[in-house]
Amino acid sequence: MTKSASPPDARIPTGAEKLIQCLEREGVEYIFGYSGGAAMPIFDALVDSDIKLILVRHEQGAAHMADGYARATGKPGVVLVTSGPGATNTVTGLLTSHMDSVPVVVLTGQTITPMLGKDGFQEADVTGITYAVVKHSYLLKDARDIPRATREAFHIATTGRPGPVLIDLPKDVTQGPCDAPFVDEVELPGYAVPTHGDPARIRQAADLLAAARRPVLLVGHGAVISNAGKAVIRLAEKLRAPIVNTLLGKGAADETHPLHLGMLGMHGTAYANKAVDACDCIMSIGSRWDDRITSKLDEFCVDATKIHVDIDPAEFGKMVKPDVAIAGDARLVLEELIPQVTAADTEEWLTQCAAWRQRYPLRYAKQGGLRAQLVLDRLHEITRGDAVITTDVGQHQMWAAQFCLSTTNRHWISSGGAGTMGFGFPAAIGAQLGCPKKKVWAVVGDGGFQMTQAELATAAIHSLPVKCLIVNNNYLGMVRQWQELFFENRLSGVDLVGNPDFVKLAQAYGIKALRIRRPADVDRVLQEAHDYDEGPCVVVAEVVKEDNVFPMIPSGAPLSAMIIEKPKEQLAKPTGST
Amino acid sequence: MSPATALEAAPRDLERPKKSRGKIDRKDLHTIALLVRDAPGVLVRVSMVFSRRGYNIESLVVSPGARSGFSRMTVTCSGDSATLEQIIKQLAKLVDVVHALDHTTTDRFETEIALIKIGCVGETRREVLEIAEHFNAKVVDYAPESVILRVYGSSNKLDAMIDLFDEDDIIEIVRSGKIVMARALEVT
Repeated sequence: MTKSASPPDARIPTGAEKLIQCLEREGVEYIFGYSGGAAMPIFDALVDSDIKLILVRHEQGAAHMADGYARATGKPGVVLVTSGPGATNTVTGLLTSHMDSVPVVVLTGQTITPMLGKDGFQEADVTGITYAVVKHSYLLKDARDIPRATREAFHIATTGRPGPVLIDLPKDVTQGPCDAPFVDEVELPGYAVPTHGDPARIRQAADLLAAARRPVLLVGHGAVISNAGKAVIRLAEKLRAPIVNTLLGKGAADETHPLHLGMLGMHGTAYANKAVDACDCIMSIGSRWDDRITSKLDEFCVDATKIHVDIDPAEFGKMVKPDVAIAGDARLVLEELIPQVTAADTEEWLTQCAAWRQRYPLRYAKQGGLRAQLVLDRLHEITRGDAVITTDVGQHQMWAAQFCLSTTNRHWISSGGAGTMGFGFPAAIGAQLGCPKKKVWAVVGDGGFQMTQAELATAAIHSLPVKCLIVNNNYLGMVRQWQELFFENRLSGVDLVGNPDFVKLAQAYGIKALRIRRPADVDRVLQEAHDYDEGPCVVVAEVVKEDNVFPMIPSGAPLSAMIIEKPKEQLAKPTGST
Repeated sequence: MSPATALEAAPRDLERPKKSRGKIDRKDLHTIALLVRDAPGVLVRVSMVFSRRGYNIESLVVSPGARSGFSRMTVTCSGDSATLEQIIKQLAKLVDVVHALDHTTTDRFETEIALIKIGCVGETRREVLEIAEHFNAKVVDYAPESVILRVYGSSNKLDAMIDLFDEDDIIEIVRSGKIVMARALEVT
């Protein structure tokens, strides 16, 4: 049968065409991708599709863009890359999405099925390499499995605790015919998604909260994912209980609310950490008691009752043994809980928290050159929570988390669990594509930015109005801070001498670039960048070389060992993981 | 003893203390039964839940399930119960795992098969056959200088039988690994 001899709709589609049709049925609007031999049938099928291909400059960038798109919109991000190195370059992105429960579907080309395992050109055992960093994965050896696997992949990626799903697609499978029908219903007998919590346990939680005099609500990424922020605020107001959030929980519940104490943890506010340390009942809403927030586990909230709401029952008892564990969707559980709680007698407690807030505010030196904290403080002043802020990883990330208070769900995007440098800028590109009407700011350091700076081209060719604030101290500042505090200031592997002139670098891509050298420049330059909508804008803030993030809880130390200001003496090497 | 078996036996003698051949310490041993989808990669996903935590699987049996498209796995491993609880939860979380149940202390029937090759002639052979008879083991290979015994029963019974043989007479042991089934109408 030749193409011309039959009407186009009678022709059996290729596996690749069927795949693209499946993606269209899933509502995919963007694919972040990089082409290559084994993926050519899929890229060919994309030519006739309305799905827009965002051609990146490195596959890691594609994975982070899909991640940023997913975090900003709640919709799954889709990546398409070729086999071998194309696929392995997405592994860091998969880890990032896996650790932070982000729905991403990664499609990888693969060598033809007869060549599997024979070390063919650009062959890699991609399902094997990625088992540890995916929620689920497929190696499709039969084109008839494409519709089912695609439907399952999107279902698995987006439901329950979201996560990345990978589909490995041998070239003969995508190139050959696929006559399988579309699939709407999934049949996954081993996959259950908790929704409503167990009423008896919700009752127990209400009783524990009623008995508490010093309750704290701990809000994590699960609250963002289930859009539980408003329910959190209602619960807090009804209980008269303070709220703290994790790095990834930012934005779920308005951080400017009077009951909100901001971020807790290693670099959280002193008042959030003091409240958690002194509470008599802590309720985690979609957090996994990460080591960045519990610090020394056997001294964490020892005398407090613990309630744990999580959609993933495997989190119960993994770190902290809860008194009441409720498996379910954070928002649904809270909505069922709220009518059952009564206002607790917490006035004394709230007065105490307010006193801590007053006594230990976030502080930074106003003298002695341009400080990153000032720049981020002013960025918050200009954006007021209305912009999507993505960050990279390091000191700038912690300062942004401290100063850029989040008021809106999905307006804060940061790599938490994996701590992936290079994440911030491509994530902002993905977020900007997903939210074209919103202002999107990437806050990055000079180290992380250089890991994925090639995506300047991607931002430029699409004239995306994404803004990238490079907080440049010519150091890997967070590691340098640790070396200063814990390693007798023996600096090793932290001096980024040789950094390019980032303004000139951006200009080389045809991108508008501005520089901040003095505190007096900050407002004017940030505002100019904020208002510029014709394309990307890079702002380079040349900040003081040596500055430290405080408060700080040395890893492995209890919350009570928090350092609020720079210590005078050398500290012992931390015993925690990192 | 042929050169090949001598080669196999030699390093083991160096590694293992006497009276441990083919046996594992059954204290702290847990038995986990899984019902899984018969999907490519499911074995890797299951074993990675253990390996990631530095846990060694002592035995693992995979076999077809009652319904087509599903398989059974029986895993025994040792370790502290807190980590084991986490391992079972992580196993249950896998998309291809229908359920993962701890059968360490449940009311269950368990069995295992062992093939034991023993070098024996003359007087030794008679002793070996006496032991075999006592344990209801069947001689499935009768060669001039060796026999193969097939024995089944609880893993403890197999251990007890193996203990009775002289270390130096045992040439090879292949054990199936334990399989379990919950009694009455309980789910395995």
